[in-house]
Amino acid sequence: MKTKSLEELIAEAAFFKDLDPSYRQMLAGCGTNVVYKPGEFIFREGDESRQFYLIRTGSVALEINLPGKGAMIIQTLNEGEVLGWSCLIPPYRKHFDGRSVKQTRAIAFDGACIGKKCEEDAKLGYEFFRRFAGIMAQRLSATRLQLLDVYAKP
Amino acid sequence: MAPDPFYVRRLKPETDDTFTLALQPADGPSKFNFEPGQFNMVYVFGVGEIPISISGDPGDSKLLFHTTREVGLVTRAMRQLKPNDLVGLRGPFGTFWPVEDAEGKDVVIVAGGIGLAPLRPALYRILSRRDRYGRVVLLYGTRTPADILYRHELEQWRSRFDLEVYATVDRAMSGWRGNVGVVTTLIPRAPFDPRNTVAYVCGPEVMMRFTTQELQKRGVNKDAIFISMERNMKCAVGFCGRCQFGPTFVCKDGPVFRFDKVEDWLMKWEI
Ligand SMILES: Cc1cc2nc3c(=O)[nH]c(=O)nc-3n(C[C@H](O)[C@H](O)[C@H](O)COP(=O)(O)OP(=O)(O)OC[C@H]3O[C@@H](n4cnc5c(N)ncnc54)[C@H](O)[C@@H]3O)c2cc1C
Ligand code: FES
Repeated sequence: MKTKSLEELIAEAAFFKDLDPSYRQMLAGCGTNVVYKPGEFIFREGDESRQFYLIRTGSVALEINLPGKGAMIIQTLNEGEVLGWSCLIPPYRKHFDGRSVKQTRAIAFDGACIGKKCEEDAKLGYEFFRRFAGIMAQRLSATRLQLLDVYAKP
Repeated sequence: MAPDPFYVRRLKPETDDTFTLALQPADGPSKFNFEPGQFNMVYVFGVGEIPISISGDPGDSKLLFHTTREVGLVTRAMRQLKPNDLVGLRGPFGTFWPVEDAEGKDVVIVAGGIGLAPLRPALYRILSRRDRYGRVVLLYGTRTPADILYRHELEQWRSRFDLEVYATVDRAMSGWRGNVGVVTTLIPRAPFDPRNTVAYVCGPEVMMRFTTQELQKRGVNKDAIFISMERNMKCAVGFCGRCQFGPTFVCKDGPVFRFDKVEDWLMKWEI
């Protein structure tokens, strides 16, 4: 079976849907394939944030440690979803632990490499951050619903 | 309409604050027919009468099931019931999930919390005629893993090849291997064809608002979305006006409404 190139894998992801193939090629140049075992930490809260990830298979839990209570899962991200945005935004630090729940295959993108390409080509920068804004809006809306705690006892 | 006496046959705890009662007619016909999504007025003698959806299989009419969350006076008294105690029952009342009209289509069931109870009969009915439907997807959200209803049955459903089950919780501690995130986050990646889909939604009102928006974003038409509303009730037959919701009465025009018919009212507070 032929293994797919990074560019082909990127083309399949909803996040990069309808992106010009030449841009996909540019972004593929910033990516590498990575695999994490179940339970393995991908990054820890406070780590310098260098990469963001597109999950190909598996799932990743974003966790935060509550003193005296243990780690709480804030959100789980699954196949086709992206995580690790803090590598694009100062101060470039991870806000949560990212832990692989099942065996997870992902593409890790180098934040500095993507940032540089976006600065050099404003159209790519716009396309990239437009998608980024869409996902942020979706996550914000979900977080608001989560905060409402709609299933709490009346 | 006077209540009919029913015996409590079993009381099964489901979670910390929910339980399922199995009831059997004390006299009269031994069967009880209903449509998925309908409700009964359950009367705990000496305490009060409340609307509770029927949560059992419409194809199995010998025992009648109600899954209830303990929130106040009557539900608390219901939880104290023991086998062979008597309760009063009026019903079944109200509109139902139009599962026959969904034949030939994909069906997406979105449930939040106790909202799975009135949807379970729809799922039983669909699964009993599985070949008449396209893809069948259940998206279920609860507060924490401990609040998941019908856990054993969910696991059985999940192992079927002809049913897609996705569960998620709003919060969980590390070690939980399932999904964390609100139920709406399951909609973009659920496998169904939005142009040929019928969606049934039940849960807290805010959850239904977000869910109907997300379903529309995915491309499901407003007239293919059905929701189940709750309002306090008294007569349950359209006389007293207690359950008014916009220009409708939930007891008689609902509880199941086509979304486009009630959208204006659902999006307003305090109606
Ligand atoms: C058509 C219909 C079907 C229903 N099906 C079910 C069902 O299958 N299972 C189930 O558990 N409940 C169901 N309900 C809700 C149920 O009727 C109420 O929870 C019940 O009336 C509460 O009675 P109580 O005396 O225990 O609480 P009360 O003493 O009347 O109220 C106690 C507290 O609960 C709050 N409360 C009351 N009703 C609700 C409600 N509907 N939602 C949220 N908070 C509420 C009150 O504001 C108060 O704070 C349904 C309601 C309707 C209209
Ligand atoms: S409960 Fe009386 S009109 Fe609906």
